[in-house]
Amino acid sequence: MTTATHDHDHDHEHHGPAKGLTRWLYTTNHKDIGTMYLWFSFAMFLLGGTFAMVIRAELFQPGLQLVQPEFFNQMTTMHGLIMVFGAVMPAFVGLANWMIPMMVGAPDMALPRMNNLSFWILPFAFAMLTSTLFMEGGGPNFGWTFYAPLSTTYAPPSVTFFIFAVHIMGASSIMGAINIVATILNMRAPGMTLMKMPLFVWTWLITAYLLIAVMPVLAGVVTMMLMDIHFGTAFFNAAGGGSPVLFQHIFWFFGHPEVYIMILPAFGIVSAIIPAFARKRLFGYSSMVYATASIAFLSFIVWAHHMFTVGIPFLGEAFFMWATMLIAVPTGVKVFNWVTTMFRGSMTFETPMLFAICFVVLFTIGGFSGLMLAVAPADFQYHDTYFVVAHFHYVLVPGAVFSIMAGVYYWLPKWSGKMYNETLGKVHFWLSFVGVNVLFFPQHFLGLAGMPRRIPDYALQFADFNMVSSIGGFLFGASQLLFLYIVVHTIVAGKPAPAKPWEGAEGLEWTVDSPAPYHTFSTPPRID
Amino acid sequence: MSDAENARPSHTRIIVKMVSVVFGMLAFVFVGLVPMYNLICEWTGITGRTNEASLVQDYLVDENRSIKVQFLANNNADMPWEFRPMVKTLTAKPGEVVEVSYFAKNATRRDMTAQAIPSLSPFEVTPYFHKTECFCFNQQPLTAGEDVEMALVFQIDPDLPAWVQTISLSYTLYDVSSEQQSAAVTLE
Repeated sequence: MTTATHDHDHDHEHHGPAKGLTRWLYTTNHKDIGTMYLWFSFAMFLLGGTFAMVIRAELFQPGLQLVQPEFFNQMTTMHGLIMVFGAVMPAFVGLANWMIPMMVGAPDMALPRMNNLSFWILPFAFAMLTSTLFMEGGGPNFGWTFYAPLSTTYAPPSVTFFIFAVHIMGASSIMGAINIVATILNMRAPGMTLMKMPLFVWTWLITAYLLIAVMPVLAGVVTMMLMDIHFGTAFFNAAGGGSPVLFQHIFWFFGHPEVYIMILPAFGIVSAIIPAFARKRLFGYSSMVYATASIAFLSFIVWAHHMFTVGIPFLGEAFFMWATMLIAVPTGVKVFNWVTTMFRGSMTFETPMLFAICFVVLFTIGGFSGLMLAVAPADFQYHDTYFVVAHFHYVLVPGAVFSIMAGVYYWLPKWSGKMYNETLGKVHFWLSFVGVNVLFFPQHFLGLAGMPRRIPDYALQFADFNMVSSIGGFLFGASQLLFLYIVVHTIVAGKPAPAKPWEGAEGLEWTVDSPAPYHTFSTPPRID
Repeated sequence: MSDAENARPSHTRIIVKMVSVVFGMLAFVFVGLVPMYNLICEWTGITGRTNEASLVQDYLVDENRSIKVQFLANNNADMPWEFRPMVKTLTAKPGEVVEVSYFAKNATRRDMTAQAIPSLSPFEVTPYFHKTECFCFNQQPLTAGEDVEMALVFQIDPDLPAWVQTISLSYTLYDVSSEQQSAAVTLE
């Protein structure tokens, strides 16, 4: 687009990074590691997106056109696993690596070498996971929730590689979380009290605690699967005195906090962006902190709402239903605060703000459909239908993913020292916005009409909405290639960005140059 | 506590704390969650699993009440045996000792071992339903072509809640031939 200002490349001079590949292999610099996390997660986003395109292409019309049902199941499974563990989680860790030290005025992460390790084991985990697609018997085909006995007795042989990959991802997440906790608790600049921290730091601190609490549970449950499959135990095998329902309890004891792991940092990003473009201070800072902590606490006592139909006693259903609906209260506090921050602000609508506002609106829609699903008697109708698919895609795509994109647009000038092309950014936003709604909104109708999830073929009455949904899917998928182009174009040929490209932005990260020097805050700033 | 004026707190303490949480949670899954699940199932009877034989109780038979008891038999996936209750339904009075049996036949050409897993419905009945003898307490081996009548003796507690009119007793038969050796060792 613009004439390339190619003068300073991404090699920062004087006592900067090493040259060549070893820079990236051996680096302990939080900015390098953050960059690698973000690129890795973007690669996984495109891979998981490709699997989604296979799914939507097969569902374009009723009948089996492109793939066999066995392969379709592998696609739904791998799409879920890669998006959750490969795209969304590493993207947030990448943002945390880049931004947390700069936001709290620390020179680097607390444990830089462990930081390097926690990133570099990830590519191996996902290479192993993806390689199962080429193995005899195919890859994991039991859904991302890998319910036993589908994932034990009836699993393809490659399940062992899946288990090992999950172990590695878990180790990576735990190390990342410990690092973040240590950084936030120990490395804040003098004068930065906990209640002065930016909300992104707060939400990540709480997320890190969630990770440390539940990733071992995930590791435990896959270890039990491993033992059932190879060592003759019967944790999930009814014939041996175990119970498949036990699997679901343990999985969702991990799984429900996990879904908040994927959304709390998003709250932090949006809480940084909305005040910047509304040019007002964030409304209700401390209530935001308490709401985040409440959501994190509640996430531990609602897991069985994923399994209302397994035969839970009446009282249990009532408890999990009310506990789940209680989450709407702190979430409502947050949405209220964001809206109130915008109220009477002098708003401008640059790309990060567009994504952030879209986040607030569409995440709320996803929250409302979640509330519908929380109603136990109604859930018997919605369970395992496309309504559930629509619900969690609304909270994860225009929720988590849009917040990541908003964060990328917001901080890209700081990372690269270049400004992205605003027109292209807005085009990307509007294509994504239209795409995501055309893609997922009709799935609510499909689900209410009774279309089950995870099927390659469907009854004729579902044909039209599926076709609409697929068209939206292709549009959304294609517009992410534009995102890739915009990011690359910015890095290669963007116009130089000032240290603080956003008029209303607040925070320590804007007090350093753009691009952020390789080492920042070697002497801590003083916060009053 | 806000003043970071003093020396930077040690990372090691945080690492030690966090790592112990990690291992604590890992241990909690194995020695906390799994036994907890089994205990809750046992206390509430949710799964309707009755694995232990009880002694015949000296109940007074409640002549004024009759409970319909239904017997169901299911084969787990790929279990080729013939498996059915000898009586599908009967009426039992609370307190009386009732004896019924299930029929099983291994119609295949290989020797096999089966394990029946019980389930009761409604699950609230579980604490009031006493099995004094049940084929589900043991594995059942059958040689190729062999058949057997397997006994079930039970007693319904007269304290059974008044709203219960019907009890369904279901057994699912699992093929455990491949696990037979290891199971045989534990049985000895």
